Formats: sequence, C-alpha cells, structure tokens
Amino acid sequence: MMTSVLRTACRRIGRGAMSAGAASRGGIAAVQATNMKRVAGGLGLLAAGLGAGRWIVSRAQTMREPAPKNRWIMVTINCSPQRLSSRADMPEPITRLGDAVDLKISPAPGDRGTELGARLRELPRTKIAGMVARRPEEDPRRMVEEALRQAKSLIETGEVLRPDWPPSAHGAQGAKLLEFADRRGGRL
Amino acid sequence: MKALCWEGVNKLAVERVPDPQILNDQDAILKVTLTTTCGSDLHLINGFIPTMQAGDVMGHEFMGEIVDVGPGVRRRKVGERVVVCSFIGCGRCWYCTHDLWSLCDNSNPNWALARDTLGFEIGGVYAYSHALGGFRGSHSEYVRIPFADYGTFPVPDAVGDMDALYASDAAPTGWMGAHLGGVKPGDVVAVWGAGGVGQMAARAAQLLGAERVIVIDRLPDRLAMAERYMGTETIDYSRVDVLDELHECTGGRGPDVCIEAVGMEATGAPDGQYAYDRVKQQLHMQQERPIAVREAIYACRKGGSVFVLGVFGGLVDKFPLGVLMNKGLTFAGAQQHGHRYIPMLLKRMANGELSTRQLATHEMTLDEAPRGYDMFKHKKDACVRVAFRPHA
Repeated sequence: MMTSVLRTACRRIGRGAMSAGAASRGGIAAVQATNMKRVAGGLGLLAAGLGAGRWIVSRAQTMREPAPKNRWIMVTINCSPQRLSSRADMPEPITRLGDAVDLKISPAPGDRGTELGARLRELPRTKIAGMVARRPEEDPRRMVEEALRQAKSLIETGEVLRPDWPPSAHGAQGAKLLEFADRRGGRL
Repeated sequence: MKALCWEGVNKLAVERVPDPQILNDQDAILKVTLTTTCGSDLHLINGFIPTMQAGDVMGHEFMGEIVDVGPGVRRRKVGERVVVCSFIGCGRCWYCTHDLWSLCDNSNPNWALARDTLGFEIGGVYAYSHALGGFRGSHSEYVRIPFADYGTFPVPDAVGDMDALYASDAAPTGWMGAHLGGVKPGDVVAVWGAGGVGQMAARAAQLLGAERVIVIDRLPDRLAMAERYMGTETIDYSRVDVLDELHECTGGRGPDVCIEAVGMEATGAPDGQYAYDRVKQQLHMQQERPIAVREAIYACRKGGSVFVLGVFGGLVDKFPLGVLMNKGLTFAGAQQHGHRYIPMLLKRMANGELSTRQLATHEMTLDEAPRGYDMFKHKKDACVRVAFRPHA
C-alpha cells in the first residue's frame, strides 16, 4: 500500500513538471513553478514520513519477539544443589505452592550456589484479570516470587526477616497509602 | 519511648513511638547510648529519597548496650557494649559471604518496593526509607537489631564511646572508598568532601600508604580539621579552580585515586553547573547534583580510579562518560560494606592509629535533636557532626 502511495506521488510530481515545462513562458509559468516546488516539497516530506513510519514498524516487528507469558521466576540460593535435590527438601514456602508450580533446580556457575526456579502452571486467563490484581499479594507471579525469596532466606539464614511493625510512628495506614502511590508511580 | 521522627520535607519532631520488640529469633534490642547525624540524612530531610513516611524514626549511625536477645542469637549477650553497622547483613547469602554486605539478599523485607522504586533491591539499612527496609532508626532510646550476631561488634575497652560511634558508618564507609578505590603506597589521593566520611576516607588513604592526600571542600572549619587531625593538604573550591590546582600539584598527571564523599546535593561550581543541576533537580528532571563526581572524573589521572561514596538515588545529567572511557578510568561505588571493616577499625582505634571522636563537634540530648539537625544542615557553629545521647 505504501509503495502505491509513493508511486502515485511520483506520477503527480512528473505530471506537474511536464505541465510546468509546457507553460514556461510568461509570469504564470513562474507562479506555477513556485507552486510546484511547494507540492514537490510537501510530497517529499510525506514520502519521507511514510518511509520512516514503515521503518519503525518493521523494526519493531523484527527486533523483539513477544515476551513469554509465563517465564520462570528464579532465585539463586547460597547452598549446594544436593540441599535441594527433591521437592521433599524444599522449605514450607515452596511446598505450600503445591502443584500450582513447576520447579527446576540447577547448579549456579562458579561458587554462586544453586539456582531455584518456579513457574506457574496456569496463568490468569485474561489481561483484565491481571490488571485487576494490582496488589502484590493478589498477583500470582509475585506470590511465587515471594515464596522463592522466603525459601532462600530460610535455607540461608534459618528465618525470614520481618519488617518493623507498625511501619512508622503513625501506624500502618500511611504505609498502605505510600505503597499504593509507589505501585502507580513507577520507578525513578 | 522517645524518638526523633521524620514528619515531612524539612520537618523533624521528637515523638513517643512504640518500644521495639524482638520480631525474629536472631534479633537483639539495643539501648542506644550514642547516635549521630550523617550527611546522608540530609537527603531524607530535604525530600530527595522516595518512600519516606511521616513518623519514620531517623538515625542509622549508632552504638549502645544490648538489653535483650532473641533465642537465635548465639554470639552476643545482654550487657555487651557494641557498635552497630548501619547496613543490615544476614551473614550467609552469597553477597555477605563475599564481603559485599550492603548488597545482602535477605535483609530487606521490602524488596518488592525497592525493586519497584529503584529497579533492584539492596540490603536493608536503618532509617533510610521504606524501599531500604523501613527499619526504625537509632535516634531513639531503643532499637531493634536484626541478625544481631552479624551486625553488632563488641567495642574494646580501650575504645571510648565517641570513637566507637563512628565505626558504625563514617569510618567504614571512608575506609571502603580508599580500599576499593585501590589506594596503594605512593599514590596521590584526592577526596571531595571534608565531612565525616570524607575525613575518614582521607585517613584511610594515609593508613593504606598514600604519599599525599588532598581534601577538597569549601568550609574552612572542615578543611582546618582535616589539616589539624590528619595533616592532609586541602583545596577550598570556592577560592580556586580545583582542576587547575590538582593538575599543578600533581605534576600535570592528576590524582591516582579520586574519592567522592559528597553525594546528590553537591553545592557550588564555578561554571554554572550548580545552577543547572539545581534547576533540573527542582523540576524533577533529574534526582542528583553530581558536581563532585564530574570533577573527580575530569581530575583523575589517565588510568586512575574514581570511587563514589556519596549517596545517589537515580539518574544524572551531563555525565562525562567519554572522559571516563577515553582516560581508561576504573569507576566504582557502593553503599558501605561495614561488616568487612568494623572489627579492623576498632582494633586501629584501640591502638591509636585512628581517631574519630573529633567528628562530634556537638553533643545534645534527643530532645534537642531538631535543633541539632538545623545546625548540621546549615553548617552552623562549625558543625561537622552532632552526637545525641538519648538517655541523657
């Protein structure tokens, strides 16, 4: 479609040039030549714009594959892979997830411990459902990540650190507002 | 109990807050005997650090006496006099076991908030926003200490409280800048900022063998303190051109190691940088005023090292990346990995190599803390640090 638009534009420029050549005597010819320059310039800009738009669209299509909807959520735990050789070895935050997740375990490179991954077997069915679940505790992927981090902390330190409570001298309500604002504020 | 609380931008107040409790088995409760202002507190007070909340207890550099321990605490006991690292480290994640304590994986319970705000999470720290854990600070009578076996350090008898206090943050932060900046015997080291951290970085550079140490600031009292207590050379950037001065006094090479101890609220620059950064900061177009970082990069000798100790939180503008790359500089920074250095620093304090008590130019009770911060912020009465005694 874009090619045909460009072709049409070129034809019009060509016709204009021919008619300008035929009427090249007298003042009218000078006015027509000026008009033609404007038309040609405008069409040139249009063509350049269309070309750039097409390049951007094609680049966007070729540069990035659609993101997988159900990525593995990973943590690296400072322990040997033998410590996590089966589901039975997993701490409670992972076993609590039951059959809702697939697990994978692999040694991390060098001395970095063991990579533990979890992936939801089923995702929320619609984008709307995902949008509604904006609170972290309602986001299934965030719940899995929380469980992985708790498991990591339990394996490494024997406990999951609890935040100070109430979170400020003015109680918990302000903290909720702050978290709400932050979730919608994006990062710095 | 009483505590100094952040109540909004430029608003501090002493309030009654709930007593701390042992929430995890590895917690301890500390009776705070000394706690001090820190330059990075000013970023909170001035509203440059997000996720603060009215009622947050201030203070992250402190020492005291352990008055209670959880059942999981093995190495500490009630009655011990300890200094506490401002960052919280679990001691057992990969980062802690590799002496990168401020990057601890397990000490920030608000990791999701940190990730949403900063794009990543680091370890928890006392009283430095909810994104960094939301822990209550030390400007209070008592404070909860998570992972107490790792974050508390017994103070030798030969070390007084006022020296030990600065082993909590200023001394290890300064030491880290010189150590990780790669200071070697024979080096020329320049330190931007003559506050507590800058002075400690200068002293660390000397103890690591630097042949010359040059401290840069605009406050005559602080420069005089660096000269008097450490014998460093000084440059007053309000009177001379720092780059020209460093160029001349290093034989045209530039310093081998440049340590930035200023942070996101740098002031003063001869060429309009300050006004430019200030306007962009006020318009929320950038978060930082990185004047000292830029200058350090321009000043450093080819192939040298620049280490950033000052606190930065987001994006900077006009960063001389081309200079950094083409000069072949090593550029690094970190929040303090204090656990790595505090035992060594306490030993050096005990044997007289390192003195820090001079940083406490003023002492006050907790009730006077808002006035203390006003003095500290506006550098009144030659104030370098104010130490508070919550039980005085």
